[in-house]
Amino acid sequence: MSIRVQIPSALRRHTAGIGHVECCASNLGELFSALDEKFPDLKPHLRDEAGQVRRFLNIYVNEEDIRFLGGPSYAFQDGDEVLLVPSIAGGCN
Amino acid sequence: MSTSYELRCRECGKLWGNQPRSICEDCFSPLEVTYDYDSLRARISREQIAQRPPNMWRYAELLPLPKDFHPSLPAGFTPLISAPHLGKQLGAKRLCIKNDAVCLPTLSFKDRVVAVALANARSFGFDTVACSSTGNLANAVAAQAARDGFKAWIFIPADLEPAKVLGTQVYGAKLVRIAGSYDQVNRLCSQIADEHRWGFVNVNLRPYYAEGSKTVGFEIAEQLGWRLPDNVVVPMAGGSLITKIKKAFDELITLDLVEKKQVKFFGAQATGCSPISTAVKAAQEEILPQRPSTIARSLAIGNPADGHYAIRAITRSGGWSEDVSDPEIVESIQLLAETEGIFTETAGGVTVGTARKLYRQGRIAPDETTVLCITGNGLKTTDALVGQYEAEEPIAPKITAFENFLQNALEVPAPLEASA
Repeated sequence: MSIRVQIPSALRRHTAGIGHVECCASNLGELFSALDEKFPDLKPHLRDEAGQVRRFLNIYVNEEDIRFLGGPSYAFQDGDEVLLVPSIAGGCN
Repeated sequence: MSTSYELRCRECGKLWGNQPRSICEDCFSPLEVTYDYDSLRARISREQIAQRPPNMWRYAELLPLPKDFHPSLPAGFTPLISAPHLGKQLGAKRLCIKNDAVCLPTLSFKDRVVAVALANARSFGFDTVACSSTGNLANAVAAQAARDGFKAWIFIPADLEPAKVLGTQVYGAKLVRIAGSYDQVNRLCSQIADEHRWGFVNVNLRPYYAEGSKTVGFEIAEQLGWRLPDNVVVPMAGGSLITKIKKAFDELITLDLVEKKQVKFFGAQATGCSPISTAVKAAQEEILPQRPSTIARSLAIGNPADGHYAIRAITRSGGWSEDVSDPEIVESIQLLAETEGIFTETAGGVTVGTARKLYRQGRIAPDETTVLCITGNGLKTTDALVGQYEAEEPIAPKITAFENFLQNALEVPAPLEASA
């Protein structure tokens, strides 16, 4: 599946400034692998040590939170637009 | 009165100085404002604070305010009142209400956060400020932007209460209604903030903005005679307020302005949008997003950004979180109005209804000092009460007509009597 991924500016430091990228992936796991390959520096910013999506990273598919679509089990459709959006928290203990 | 402060990553601890930024580029975690508490301890005292004007700027040392900042509005320092009549209904003996329904200038606690955000927007050189909002923030940004000479762009879900829409437009702000939920508006604003050099108060200015909420906590402590309460009950949308009240109490303890005490934090949500209370009740540390469906639209955030931190603040304090249905929200708005003369918006109904539940469950003991945070004004959400009160037929301007009316009124049950 060919999907288009939008990289937020906060992460572009790790993508040599690139804001959009076309990837071939059929699910979230494959998408992360494809991104790891293209942008090795990006990897630790998307998943934690246990391989889980980072807490403050939201992933949207065609404007819908991927968690409403089945999360890791969602099967990408050709032409899907994927947004990586940081969760803007205030932060406090 | 200014103090030294800067942004620090909540998770990895990296320092970022002062800039319009809310995310650590190293670990993608939220930034928050940190202060030099050691130098503050010698410079701040109860007596000093007590001599200052009754507004939120009396805590200036504990807010991120640029050196040349001069407040343009006396926001904050709202009443903390004892609530014996509501207490009787709830089975509470020491119940207080922190009444931000009368916060100036726009009648919600959001006036506090916006005041701090705009102070920083000015120093960062923005001429335009913006926000995503469920209504109260929209009003606060629009009004204070007008006062301070900023252009304002406000992004809201299209189905917002009419009073909150009008209460934004009247200040001349550019209003963008989005056909979607608040969570979608918020996501869009993150993308817009990436492209436009605007000061989004709750995106790139968020660490500064969020600090304004601490003033609710400072005031509660000062108004209780520089003592911390046993419990606070706080409405939760994004989950920021409850964490910032905790930060305020912690700072007062650090600075020896109050005695150390374990305050229990209780979160209040509407059942139709309860991702935080659902997580607390299920002993989960992470949020599962929800699609909101509740009349409490100011709390209708299905994917709360600070949800994780709110859960932590609640559970570590020994507190709890509950949620109430839409009918309970309406009933609780009426209960607060009828017992204490405070007309709150739907979020306040959520807080009062949740408090009632917590007392019934025995999670809050009657003798403990408990503060309910009322964060918004009922005049903004009158549509929630449509159908609750019958419009009386007018009577002739004659004493006999009134005597007849009185006769009838005394025969009918209490609710109609109240509306006469």
